[in-house]
Amino acid sequence: MSTLWTRNETLVALVIVAFCGLAALSDPGFLSVATLTDLLRGGIVLGIFAVGALIVLISGGIDVSFTAIAAVTMYVTAMVLNALMPWMPWWAALLIGMGIGACLGAINGFLIAVMGLPTLIVTLGTLSVFRGFMLTFIGQKQITTLPPGMREFGRMMIVRGENADGSFYSLHAAFLVTAGAIVLTWFILHRTMLGRQIFAIGGSVESARRIGINVRGVQFFVYVYVGALAGLAGIIHASMARVANPFDLVGLELSVIAAVVLGGARLAGGHGTLTGTVLGVALIVLVRNSLIVLGIPATWQSVAIGVLILIGTGLPAWQAKRAAAQAA
Amino acid sequence: MKFLHSTEGRLAVIAAVVFLAMSALAPDRFLSVQNMTSMAFQFPEFAILALAMTVTMLTGGIDLSVVGIANLSAIIAATILTQVTGGGAGIVLIAFTAAIGVGVAAGLMNGILVANLGLPPILATLGSGLIFTGIAIALTGGSAVMGFPDATAWIGNSTVLGIPTPLILFGLLALGLSLLLTRTGFGVKLRMYGANPLAARFAAINIDATLIKVYVLSGALAAIAGMVVMSRANSAKADYGSSYLLLAVLIAVLGGVNPYGGYGKVIGVVLAVLTMQFLSSGLNMVGVSNFARELIWGSLLILVMIVNTWRASGRRT
Repeated sequence: MSTLWTRNETLVALVIVAFCGLAALSDPGFLSVATLTDLLRGGIVLGIFAVGALIVLISGGIDVSFTAIAAVTMYVTAMVLNALMPWMPWWAALLIGMGIGACLGAINGFLIAVMGLPTLIVTLGTLSVFRGFMLTFIGQKQITTLPPGMREFGRMMIVRGENADGSFYSLHAAFLVTAGAIVLTWFILHRTMLGRQIFAIGGSVESARRIGINVRGVQFFVYVYVGALAGLAGIIHASMARVANPFDLVGLELSVIAAVVLGGARLAGGHGTLTGTVLGVALIVLVRNSLIVLGIPATWQSVAIGVLILIGTGLPAWQAKRAAAQAA
Repeated sequence: MKFLHSTEGRLAVIAAVVFLAMSALAPDRFLSVQNMTSMAFQFPEFAILALAMTVTMLTGGIDLSVVGIANLSAIIAATILTQVTGGGAGIVLIAFTAAIGVGVAAGLMNGILVANLGLPPILATLGSGLIFTGIAIALTGGSAVMGFPDATAWIGNSTVLGIPTPLILFGLLALGLSLLLTRTGFGVKLRMYGANPLAARFAAINIDATLIKVYVLSGALAAIAGMVVMSRANSAKADYGSSYLLLAVLIAVLGGVNPYGGYGKVIGVVLAVLTMQFLSSGLNMVGVSNFARELIWGSLLILVMIVNTWRASGRRT
């Protein structure tokens, strides 16, 4: 029992329940289908990013460049499809996005796995390289007319309905893509040898190497996979916003990592769960969307997220430190 | 050729090459007195942030909250300057002291999070940076604070004996930091901890106290940088200098500071700053956009890391 109560997942779930309870007290209209679909909608792009960030953290690295990969991917895909192959269906756009994202991720993978450079410094560098390259050589103007495939995808909904007060709610089909990404990542992490190897490398690179794991290969895969997920998220973001704005997305990376870390993933590697990540994303989306319902002005948003990060990571760190002191 | 085998020696050559290349690209404009003066006014603000980053990197940590601290302390100082009227130069002194106080307090918070609570520096300063920036936004509603007494402009815009004041300030801070790192027990302990935390613990170094001092120092330096930015911009805003974070990391790494801790010299950071400023001003003159500069900075960061890693692995084998 004691382990259940000290887990980050439980902590985050309790905070979410408390948040919703307080919000429902101050505004009875908060507990509605519309709020739920808003939250789910807000979690679509963030959720895909978070799954990618989780797998990197488990492998013992950190990636801050995925938002730039997403921005470049959505911009380039929209531009290329418009100019060369506007007949492409929506699923082809998603696949092309994943391909471009995977290529950009392979650059990170090469620098980290093959050259052996520190992950934070590399991805800080590629963040500005990808973004700078796009804004200098590809373009700075928004693409307001998306290719037909992406426009079609942007209009796809799973559920659509009307509230009692006459306002509309809907859930975008991209939610299924996020769910698919979560299931696929769960499968890789928990049902394949590769997943065990990712956890092993995150636990201890040296031990992993000595039991014969191809550390470089696994690391390379991780960054390519994250790139592909980021590309996917970029296409979805542009389709849902119905515009490809090259200045979007970058700046979100720290919130995403915050969500994943809140959910119990450790920077040192080797630890992290998808349940925790989903809960972490839910909490961050709640804070971003609904802080105002609690009577806290939206300007305090980043303070709230910062405090959550410090509490969410500080508590386990402090407990670990205390346990270590007792053991010694 | 021994000179070229040290990181600092290679950096000196790189700085000279960049300087010559830029002089060749735009001889009459780059070498003008006007350009030299404007460069000397421009770089101290992010150079001081780079010094703050260097101190934490020497312990194997990082301070992602430096820009947040700089902006928060600038906004506190700006609020004092605009709310209290008729104090003259005295009020400027009070405002600056308050700003440094904010920097020290912010650094103390980071230090406690890292040392006493055992948070990884990346997360501790990521979270606290969001909090500092968030408080700055909440205090101002996101808009700029302006309208300072004239004396405020002194620190960022005046010259002493023909030398820009921010440059003198940076020079003094760099010299002070260099002495602190090489000539005091604190400096030795700090680098020992960075090189091998476990060995430092067995050597009976008070690690918690050392780490707290490191982050307090970083916070104070960040606050001073915030004052220079505020004085030069003649305003304070929560999102000023957001690109300076990457730049500060880049300069520290370019300057030969080992991001895993243990090695780094202030002279290397100074040379790296000069290189960046020559590159930045020169490219500006040839008409290269800000975005291209972002691209070049990022590429340079990765390139330097590759070269340094190669050299390090070459020495081992």
